[in-house]
Amino acid sequence: MISGTRPLRLRPPAFLGARLPLAIGLGVILFWVLAALTVQFWPLDPPLDMVGRRLKPPSAEHWLGTDALGRDVLSRTLHGARFSIPIAVVVVAAAVALGGFLGAIAGFFGGLLGAAIMRLVDVTLAFPPILLAMAVAASLGPGLENAAIAMIVVWWPLYARLVRAQVLEVREREHVEAAVAAGAGPMRVLLRHVLPLCWTPVLVNATMDFGQVVLLAASLSFIGLGATPPTPEWGAMISDGAKYFYHWWIAFGPGMAILIVVLGFNFAGDGLRDLLDPRTE
Amino acid sequence: MPAAPATDPPLLEIRDLRVHFRTPAGVFEAVGGIDLDLTPGEVLGLVGESGSGKSVAMKAVLGLLPPQARVTGQIRFRGRDLLTLPEREMRRLRGGRIAMVFQDPLTAFNPVVTIGDQIGEMLWLHDRALSRRQLRARTEELLALVSIPEPGRRIGAYPHEFSGGMRQRAMIAMALANDPELLIADEPTTALDVTVQAQILDVLRGLQARLGIGLVLVTHDLGVVAGMAREIAVMYAGRIVEAAPVDDLFAAPRHPYTRGLIGAVPRPDGGGRGPLVAIEGSPPGLTERLSGCAFAPRCPLAAARCTAERPALRALGSGRAACHFAGAPAPAAAEAAR
Repeated sequence: MISGTRPLRLRPPAFLGARLPLAIGLGVILFWVLAALTVQFWPLDPPLDMVGRRLKPPSAEHWLGTDALGRDVLSRTLHGARFSIPIAVVVVAAAVALGGFLGAIAGFFGGLLGAAIMRLVDVTLAFPPILLAMAVAASLGPGLENAAIAMIVVWWPLYARLVRAQVLEVREREHVEAAVAAGAGPMRVLLRHVLPLCWTPVLVNATMDFGQVVLLAASLSFIGLGATPPTPEWGAMISDGAKYFYHWWIAFGPGMAILIVVLGFNFAGDGLRDLLDPRTE
Repeated sequence: MPAAPATDPPLLEIRDLRVHFRTPAGVFEAVGGIDLDLTPGEVLGLVGESGSGKSVAMKAVLGLLPPQARVTGQIRFRGRDLLTLPEREMRRLRGGRIAMVFQDPLTAFNPVVTIGDQIGEMLWLHDRALSRRQLRARTEELLALVSIPEPGRRIGAYPHEFSGGMRQRAMIAMALANDPELLIADEPTTALDVTVQAQILDVLRGLQARLGIGLVLVTHDLGVVAGMAREIAVMYAGRIVEAAPVDDLFAAPRHPYTRGLIGAVPRPDGGGRGPLVAIEGSPPGLTERLSGCAFAPRCPLAAARCTAERPALRALGSGRAACHFAGAPAPAAAEAAR
């Protein structure tokens, strides 16, 4: 689809077309993942050192200004990726694994165990997620690890429900009956003939949830239940900046970072859904 | 059905098979007590409309019915009652000595696994000692057996890359993977084009005869079984209404439903019994099983006795029929009804 003879144009190339949101989303994700992995080698001021005067507005030297302790906001914002991105990966992966496993069991085998799992899901989902996460995080104490555990507790039921619904649908398909007729046992049927057909909505949801986890992690840090100072975590930085109302740039950097990350993952999730499920518009 | 000679023990013996479904709305009878026999290497045609219970009965043989189904009676395979067999042993039989060909080969294959891998899985499930290379060789052999061109190349194709006819061939190849003694083909040609239907039936007939497999051919199309089966059993509303050797059944159908079915099959020579005759009405649903003859509301011969008393399946000539008027030849029976 890419033709070498075509003149260069400023429009997005034709092959991107409807996939532009996906491309933007993936681009944003790629940037932040790279930042998370390599930011310590970038030519930035150290995030914890006082490098300039305090509370300096954005300038050529400090693009996003400096905070109350004279630290470079841009450097701290980029270093924030080292906390937000891994935490999102860990929380979503754990939620998908735990929720997927329990949801698959509940959907495929049903019975008393399935009912018990789904009631636990119902109870968990009955709480507003932020409140439940706060309660769990507060009882575990501050720290990013505890915030991550709290978020896994909040998140797995969503995947349990999603995977269960998918399994219920897929297990009624004829090829599942054919697999049983071929002599396959229940675990084999579930793992090979049911679950591989359930992953599309899981993938789409997981992509979008990365953004949501980043947001919730920042929220927990903002209220002091996640990362603690002087960690350059976005929520903690916004919390810092909120104290300096007239020095807007302190919160602006991490705020924009969160916005861009959440938007990027949402774009990517939307794009993936359009790509994987042609039926939805 | 005539008793099999002692030297030729039946492959499959079904006695008084009943299947009930428990639903929130009550218990419904899908199969109301059927008897069937199949000797090794023979073909039995099981004919009936949608909802007549033919597929349910055959799924009961393989133990494929959902947990809310209650199956009673006896299903003896080589003398062993499958209904009392532990699940572990049933699993070994399924796809091993008893295999099934499904109606729609598009939905019966896992869309995200290659055809070759699915056939290989079937082999591996019954012989875990097979190496990857052996699996591949045997899979190619099977695909060649059902006349799939270039089996070595097709082995890595996904189901959607096959045409409907090729998929059904592959499905047959898969069913034959472990040299089954009993093959249940559930409407194997219904989802296919007419021209492809003939090819698939040819493949099935050729392999059945060559490999000496006992075949139960489930269909709603009398034309499909006419050329293949030795015996035909006609099901209606969960019961067998007539069973007879194929020639006798077509020459002298004893049950008015069978006559209706035969009258509804178009004949290429345009001759026969005049214009095609449809059977009026529709079969009773699961929830509306009657106390008398289930066919009575649609039957041209129906009399008061038919709605009051369910006719038993009784031996008549070379076969069996369940009709109060089956004893008399057709015209006389029609006369008696008036």
